[in-house]
Amino acid sequence: MEGYIFLIPLLPFIGFLINGLFGQKIGKWMITYIGCGSIGLAFLTSVLLVYHMVCLPVGERQFTQVLWHWITVGNLHIDLAFMLDPLSAVMILVVTGVSFVIHIYSKGYMAHDESYWRYYAYLNMFVFFMTILILGANYIVMFVGWEGVGLASYLLIGFWYKENLIADAGKKAFIVNRVGDFGFLLGMFLIFVTFGSLSYTELFPKVLHMYEHGLLPMNSPVMIAICLLLFLGATGKSAQIPLYVWLPDAMAGPTPVSALIHAATMVTAGVYMVARTNILYTLAPTALLVMALMSAATAFIAATVGVLQYDIKRVLAYSTVSQLGYMFIGVSVLAYSAGIFHLMSHAFFKACLFLCAGAVMHAMRGDLDMRDMGGLAKKMPITYVTMLFASLAISGIPPFAGFFSKDEVLGKAFMFPYYPVVGKIVWFIGLAAAGITAFYMFRLIFMTFHGEFRGTEEEAKHVHEMPFSMTGPLMVLAFLSLVGGWVGIPEVMNSLFPFHVTNLFENFLDPVFEHSHEIVAGFVTIPHYSSTVEWSLMASSVAVGIGGIYLAYIIYIRHPDTLPQKLAHTFALHYKLIYNKYYIDEIYYHVVVLPFYFLSTFCWKVIDAFLIDGVGVNGQAWWVRRGSGALRLIQNGYVQTYGAFMLLGLVVMLWFFRF
Amino acid sequence: MNAPLLTYITFLPLLGVLLILFVPQRSESGKDVIRSLALVTSIVVFLVSLRMYFAFDSNVAGFQLVEKHPWIPSYGIGYFMGIDGLSFWLVLLTTFLTPLTILSTWNAISNRVKEFQVLMLVLETAMIGAFVSLDLLLFYVFWELMLIPMYLIIGVWGGKQRIYAAIKFFLYTAVGSLLMLVCIVGLVYFHQRETGVLTFNLLELYGTHLSRMYEILFFAAFALAFAVKVPMFPFHTWLPDAHVQAPTAGSVILAGVLLKMGTYGFFRFAMPLFPEGSAFFSPLIITLAVIGIIYGAMVAMVQPDVKKLVAYSSVSHLGYCMLGLYALTPHAVEGAILQMINHGISTGALFLLVGVAYEKRHTHLIKEFGGIARVMPVYATIFFLITLSSIGFPTTNGFIGEFLILLGTFEVNKVAAIFAATAAILGAVYMLWMFERVFFGEVTNPKNKKLHDLNARELAYLLPLLVFVFWIGLYPNFFLNKMHRSVDHFISQVKVSAPLSPSAVMERHASIHKTPLYMSVAEE
Repeated sequence: MEGYIFLIPLLPFIGFLINGLFGQKIGKWMITYIGCGSIGLAFLTSVLLVYHMVCLPVGERQFTQVLWHWITVGNLHIDLAFMLDPLSAVMILVVTGVSFVIHIYSKGYMAHDESYWRYYAYLNMFVFFMTILILGANYIVMFVGWEGVGLASYLLIGFWYKENLIADAGKKAFIVNRVGDFGFLLGMFLIFVTFGSLSYTELFPKVLHMYEHGLLPMNSPVMIAICLLLFLGATGKSAQIPLYVWLPDAMAGPTPVSALIHAATMVTAGVYMVARTNILYTLAPTALLVMALMSAATAFIAATVGVLQYDIKRVLAYSTVSQLGYMFIGVSVLAYSAGIFHLMSHAFFKACLFLCAGAVMHAMRGDLDMRDMGGLAKKMPITYVTMLFASLAISGIPPFAGFFSKDEVLGKAFMFPYYPVVGKIVWFIGLAAAGITAFYMFRLIFMTFHGEFRGTEEEAKHVHEMPFSMTGPLMVLAFLSLVGGWVGIPEVMNSLFPFHVTNLFENFLDPVFEHSHEIVAGFVTIPHYSSTVEWSLMASSVAVGIGGIYLAYIIYIRHPDTLPQKLAHTFALHYKLIYNKYYIDEIYYHVVVLPFYFLSTFCWKVIDAFLIDGVGVNGQAWWVRRGSGALRLIQNGYVQTYGAFMLLGLVVMLWFFRF
Repeated sequence: MNAPLLTYITFLPLLGVLLILFVPQRSESGKDVIRSLALVTSIVVFLVSLRMYFAFDSNVAGFQLVEKHPWIPSYGIGYFMGIDGLSFWLVLLTTFLTPLTILSTWNAISNRVKEFQVLMLVLETAMIGAFVSLDLLLFYVFWELMLIPMYLIIGVWGGKQRIYAAIKFFLYTAVGSLLMLVCIVGLVYFHQRETGVLTFNLLELYGTHLSRMYEILFFAAFALAFAVKVPMFPFHTWLPDAHVQAPTAGSVILAGVLLKMGTYGFFRFAMPLFPEGSAFFSPLIITLAVIGIIYGAMVAMVQPDVKKLVAYSSVSHLGYCMLGLYALTPHAVEGAILQMINHGISTGALFLLVGVAYEKRHTHLIKEFGGIARVMPVYATIFFLITLSSIGFPTTNGFIGEFLILLGTFEVNKVAAIFAATAAILGAVYMLWMFERVFFGEVTNPKNKKLHDLNARELAYLLPLLVFVFWIGLYPNFFLNKMHRSVDHFISQVKVSAPLSPSAVMERHASIHKTPLYMSVAEE
């Protein structure tokens, strides 16, 4: 069966080629069939392959397929190879599955776009690269996908490139990502120089072997450096502090793109990469410490910004940054499977939220400002209910998916084995951010779907529910937002059920992370907490979620006309700071972009044009010309002058030979 | 060995020149005949050069297809040709680019067609000759021969400031070359004093023992000649002028092939002839290469003129080549060679693309364009793919070259590699910013509203380049396989007494003493 892995990326690629090359000639129906069909088939292939894998005994659940030897120089052997193991299996199912749903949704959403073919071509290309990223059996192949999804993201953000602002957003995304890729590249180099391989199946056993034989100490500087460099790559792709600035702007792209690329799949690549590299990270506690703090900060700060945005998609964008922070908290407190678990449930509920936002945007004729909405629930019941489901999921209300995954991340943070104190701080920040999350999500729900409609008459008439091709995907995703978490029910909840439940998700991923668990267990004693603690942790996060929702209810349902203004007035300074997103974009612009631009201009105008060319090159020419000009005076063609010089010469010679 | 293949490849273009000389160019049809003759000649040369592929044995470290005849025996000067894993690809690059370039001149060059095509073919002979010569004087003859056609191409068919640019180009190159000539003679003299044999044969001269001072001196002179050609910072300012003023075909050949003469010269002559001198200057050259990489990218960013932008990007890309050569690890050197080929393909294609726009609008200024993607979608697509190649996007050729160079450099010099890697960011900045300003947005300039997309002839010279962009990107082993032995040989020649790299020392230490690999690092 492993011989068929290549089909998963190949099918979207074929779709991309057909739509890209012939899309203008084959008609919309054909484009849709090819675009959606190729992804559907890829999803089917993934399901079959994963099913095949699940049927195998746990120890054998890993197969690789080598397509060809890609780069072979000296001791560097890089194959174009794919690998399917439980981790990539989860990812590939989520990615191809969600992609398929969003491809179908796009049919209705993009129906009237003149570049329909281009849209599907790019979307297929994205899935192609994303599957390569996931399936790659070494870091270089992952890097191909890594850069490739960045390219697809660039093209899709700038899809309506006629507007300069939109084209700018695409470019910003690509360049900020490149900054991250710089770290990723250096991380790869350091891995290769240190361990001599970039292939997962060679590298990880080797690292493990070296650690077990005392050749590689815990927390060695080189390991910390590798992990932090790779993490820099992840902050770019997964929009974390300090490189998250591109993601809010990326909302300029079509909404299904935001759902697919900038919420559900691509931005989670960094989390996947860290989980994939889990052995290295486990051996670098200091790197984990840095990451845990940074991702907690990201989760919190992004959530606060989300509170004051009025553009629905921007709220969701900051929410994505914040939720990605949770995923990184998960992987950086050694709870790799919890991070991936939250990745999966987030893919469901955030994709659903974005697609609902797309539906609202469609109904509002492109307007995304919540201040113009209100009371949409009556006219768009399906969108309302699905969005409510997803919002409950993100707010961590049981039994929705987000409850289980977020709770697991926070619980594991509380029990961070390497740095118990820091773990508790991270847990607390995460908890606070969870409350804010619930608040801004229900602020969005209340402002959009409840109360009175605040838009124009004309808009009010236009508001309508979407066709089935769009609501269908919403319902699928809403359903998944509800049940998606049930595969990871924590053991402590066993007493609630009449039958025995296990954490299926964690068990399934265990083969990938077991070595890390062993390393941890051998290095520190894992603190044990009673079930009372676990229950109270759970209760606190639910309480915080409900508290956030209640607060939103008080402000936006009970006193929508007075309280928001009053609060803004009372906390004027905070309000301004947060409303302007802490001025991060402005700071980057003035501290990085502008000085760099001036320095470059200086290099060109002063060093190149003035110093090298002016003083150096043309300066020499000038001296030669001046010098020759002076010498020319000697040869002016007058006999008298020559005679005078002869006389002068004679005098000099006579004086010289006078002895 | 039976047929003197290299001689054929080198001098076949001159046969075409001979034919063209008999065709009058007064009528339009005459001009077309001349163009066709030039094109056919260059295609034949390319086809003949493909024979090399079958004759070349990748398992041989030394030179192949060798032809050796006495030329001026009394001075030990011979007609001595041969290729190794580097010149093999550079010759193919030359014979591949020349027909494409000639095809691009169909409409662009309409006055003095005959002279132009003759010069192109003479230039091809000179370039191939320089790549295959293994006799220093023979090389020097071809080296200088290259200068004249290019000087005329810029000076006669160039833009407004063509005279300034042509003279600058000529003087810059000539100064370096003359110094090199003096040192060639010096080297031959010392070799004769040592062995009693008067010869210009490169292979015999390789082993010459020079005093440290002369090694340094001679290397400096050679390096200067080649550094100008590369061009390395701060000898690069002739390049933007030459590129902007040169006609499209001139820019393509200049960037695609002539610049490689510089890096080739380092690889073939300067470094193996004077390993000690090379080692002496190595820190300086690595520093200049890194400066060139970053500086070229920064200056490219603020250029208002597309052609100048591409020219400065060449400074950056060639900096990579120099860095790779000087890292002296197999990864880096093979990456450098691949990067030479890549640059020929990608930058050649960029100049061709800029030329297409120039033919339609007679300007290179970025601000004159905008929104072109809507008017010329095919053109925009190809331009974008080449842009990707230029910024080193994986699956394109640019990635493989940059990756290998940076990886190889990182093994021995982390600081240089880290600085050089920033250019991956800068490359995306200047290329994408330019692309955005030229292709995205609304069509604001009314002159751009009715531009025609690419025609068949333009596609015919762009698509082959695109094929190579992805061929090298997806299956680089096809190209790297031919280099392994030559590169190993080169490294062993140049790295006579180089100290082990820190990581190698650690590795060795660990394997001998079975002590923890990171003890030393961890204790710091």
